[in-house]
Amino acid sequence: MLNLTLKVWRQKTSQDTGSMETYDAKNIPEEASFLEMLDIVNTRIIMSGGEPIHFDHDCREGICGSCSLTINGVPHSKEKGITTCQIHMRKFKEGDTIWIEPFRARAFPVVRDLIVDRSAMDRIIAAGGYIDVRTGSAVDANSIPISKMDADSAFDAAACIGCGACIAACKNSSAMLFTAAKVSHLGHLPQGQPERDKRVLSMVRQMDAEGFGNCTNQYECEAACPKEISVDHIARMNRDFTSALIKEQLIS
Amino acid sequence: MNALLCPITAVWNSSIGKKLLVALTGLALVLFLAGHLIGNLLIYLGAEAFDEYAKALHEALRGGGVWIARIGLLVCLVIHVAATISLTRANRAASPKYQHEAVIQATKSSRIMIWSGLTILAFVIFHLLHFTVRVDSELAEIAKASPHKMVIVGFSNGLVVLFYLIAMTLLCSHLSHGVASMFQTLGFRSRKAAPLIAFLSKGYTLVIWLGFCSIPIAIYFFHFGC
Repeated sequence: MLNLTLKVWRQKTSQDTGSMETYDAKNIPEEASFLEMLDIVNTRIIMSGGEPIHFDHDCREGICGSCSLTINGVPHSKEKGITTCQIHMRKFKEGDTIWIEPFRARAFPVVRDLIVDRSAMDRIIAAGGYIDVRTGSAVDANSIPISKMDADSAFDAAACIGCGACIAACKNSSAMLFTAAKVSHLGHLPQGQPERDKRVLSMVRQMDAEGFGNCTNQYECEAACPKEISVDHIARMNRDFTSALIKEQLIS
Repeated sequence: MNALLCPITAVWNSSIGKKLLVALTGLALVLFLAGHLIGNLLIYLGAEAFDEYAKALHEALRGGGVWIARIGLLVCLVIHVAATISLTRANRAASPKYQHEAVIQATKSSRIMIWSGLTILAFVIFHLLHFTVRVDSELAEIAKASPHKMVIVGFSNGLVVLFYLIAMTLLCSHLSHGVASMFQTLGFRSRKAAPLIAFLSKGYTLVIWLGFCSIPIAIYFFHFGC
């Protein structure tokens, strides 16, 4: 059993200024997950008549992208390649103080406590993260050959669960890794070619319009990404954007 | 007019476009540094070689060459500084602070780019007033006779040497992130090429630092050329 001190960001509404509150988390089983630890603390808060700590969660197995939380300054904690819901309390030591804050970015307004509004990412997807397909019966699975390298790279990019950790980890709150993963995922495949230029231009412009910061190539995003998506996709997006911009402005 | 203004505003108003401007102007300035260093190192070959080089620079293209280079570099510098200040302001506005700050793996150099950059800018202004405009009339007289002598006299002042060494160190901190960063922004970096790019940028930075610092150190501390 662990006895911990939690420093938790509490904020009643999006307009509220918010502040860090201290909680004692006593007798936490080591086999509990991080979110289960918060459940235990919340149960105790409710029993004593308080308002529980609000946080986002859904599948609790690292695939939905709902859980957020910046733990000791690092989105999804300093453990590599996992989401908050996959952290076990055995990773912490007796007497530790844990700082729990929302995913911070100006484009992610706090809804309440640790819950932030991440719909800016949905709007980036809506700007071009899709393929227009003809309706009708599905095409035969192997009718379009795709090279193994492209298939692998597209799949790596497609592993993005859209949690926003890259943005929360970035010192500039830049959404480049998220946007690049979406652009690269479709840009690697033959089905994504017809809209490749239009896609990168619209998605990057939407990203800029949402008020995200600019990339300074420090790669904190890659280090924080629970799916370990490579910043190679950012280089590829820079390349795609440049060529699409030149074509748009000077050719057609 | 629209055909000219549209592409310019499209580049300037986009985050990637503005970063491209920073990378391309940075590339020009980085290449200038190499040329500048090669010229400076001629000082070790003696007064004659250095003065001849200075004369050749000023006489290139009937005296126009040096002005073409100056204007080109000034344009690059202005774009580089204006774009980075604008990007930094946008970044500050976009990112609220954490109560408990942590860095996963970003280098110290990458986190002080704006401050190393602004110090270098201050140094460049001082350096131009010192050796190019020559606001010191005594130094200007010496320079007319021999640019080699001007460098020796210029670096006999301890404060000038100290500022020079600090500025060169910050310049190299700036380069150690900037050179590698250029490849990423221009889209040439990949996981496969990353070690080579890191080697190139660190190696280039080291050569620049050693080369530029050696001259004031040789003059001030070892009385070279005195």
